[in-house]
Amino acid sequence: MQEIEVTDVSLVYDTPAGQVHAVDHASFELKASEFLCLVGPSGCGKSTLLNILAGFLKPSGGEIKIGGKPVNGQGMDRGVVFQDFAQLFPWRTALGNVTFGLEMKGVPKEEREQIALEQLKLVKLEKFANAYPHHLSGGMQQRVAIARALAYNPSVLLMDEPFAALDALTRDDMQRLLAEVWRETRKTVIYVTHNVAEAVYLADRVVVMSPHPGRVKKEVVIDLPRPRDPLSVAFLEYQKQLLQELGEATAKPSARQ
Amino acid sequence: MQDAASTIAIAGVENSSAHVWRERARLIGRNVFPFIVVGAIWEAIAWAGVFPERLFPRLEEVAWTFVELTLNGILPNHAAQTLLRLFSGFVVAGILGVGIGILMGRSRRAEDLLLPIVSIVAPIPGLAYAPLFLLWFGLGNVPAVMLVGVVACFPVIFNTWTGVKAVKEIWVRSAQSMGADDRRLFRHVILPGALPYILTGLRLGLAQAWRILVALEMLVGVNWGLGWLIFGARELLNTDAMLAGIAVIGIIGIVLEKLVFQKIENYTVVRWGMVTA
Repeated sequence: MQEIEVTDVSLVYDTPAGQVHAVDHASFELKASEFLCLVGPSGCGKSTLLNILAGFLKPSGGEIKIGGKPVNGQGMDRGVVFQDFAQLFPWRTALGNVTFGLEMKGVPKEEREQIALEQLKLVKLEKFANAYPHHLSGGMQQRVAIARALAYNPSVLLMDEPFAALDALTRDDMQRLLAEVWRETRKTVIYVTHNVAEAVYLADRVVVMSPHPGRVKKEVVIDLPRPRDPLSVAFLEYQKQLLQELGEATAKPSARQ
Repeated sequence: MQDAASTIAIAGVENSSAHVWRERARLIGRNVFPFIVVGAIWEAIAWAGVFPERLFPRLEEVAWTFVELTLNGILPNHAAQTLLRLFSGFVVAGILGVGIGILMGRSRRAEDLLLPIVSIVAPIPGLAYAPLFLLWFGLGNVPAVMLVGVVACFPVIFNTWTGVKAVKEIWVRSAQSMGADDRRLFRHVILPGALPYILTGLRLGLAQAWRILVALEMLVGVNWGLGWLIFGARELLNTDAMLAGIAVIGIIGIVLEKLVFQKIENYTVVRWGMVTA
């Protein structure tokens, strides 16, 4: 698994109303196998930053290095999971979706199906290998998406609010499952969310961002033993601290006006 | 729809085959009933003598002519000729339409160049430029096939183009992040992603091909063919032969719809949940 350096990354959009600084000189680092959450109110550029990391967007300035190598466009060193359930290919079964990356890599059929089945086992969906996505629930589809992003063995996993569209109970289950998957695979993870409890539950470190322009406001190390207890005092303290940071981040632009 | 209903009936009541048969009979009845009603009205008009008998034959006369013309090979022969032209033209339309549609959907420049032309030519009834084709390419099968191909390709172009545009960006991104290059992106994502639209386009294209072909066979250009048969039968007031020819067109249409398009759909886009049955 590889470390990530984000140095001075900016993205400026030209709009009819003038320039928008979606991301403004963002810098942070991840150690190999670290789990980092990007937290911030909407408009803080956290999803934009993730899209830059994934290679879908080109930054207007700054540099990203993964394992010491500069990022240029998409690459199979990164796996991406989106929020939208529709990310799965409806014309492929769960297994077919998970084998996709391996197929692109040229792995022989039998081998890739075996690997895919293992990945589905990891997210507890081996029984649904031959089901088409439209027969799966939202939570199951997101699990397939995670298995799909892991199957071709990228060193980095990029996740853009993957559980935001799920109901609260399912979301709790999914967070627990993801923590387990991370413990077993030891991927370096960047996880975008606006849910503070989720960030405290999952992350080694949380980067708080503030909007207009999108900036890194603060980094908070979550120093809690795993598995974490969301009802412990220490957990709630972290949650409180992050909420406070977020509150300041959100209040800032209006205070200025 | 009907298949699904009968499947559910089978799955739900495994033990009572009588129930299954009743269910099937009900389905068949529901489909046949409208024809019985229309047939009865037809018979009533024929018997009442509103039109001269020559011009408005009774159904049994039409049925008899149908059987006779089928057994002596005339109907099958005409039908075969028409089908040959239809399929050749439709293949041309399919290749042209899907090809151009995908090009327009994928390339901005092709879209800018082709969309104005396609938009202006598409609404012109195909028959309007039939005489031109006949002058250019002469009589016979080749101009007929070409005309059918050109006329029928427009709905295919429009739907394919729309379908390619409707391919979800998130599928493209997912595939690219998993290392799909342009060629494989096209084959594994764009094509299946646009398939519901492409199938609709092909279906409309086939309907278009039928219309232009039958009209063309009536006009000139070919001997043999169902359109020619129907139009030719007018001279001797053979209305029964006309109706037999029309019936063949209807039968071929329903067979293509049920046995080709619906099967393909059920096997692909319906099975994938991209279209509800």
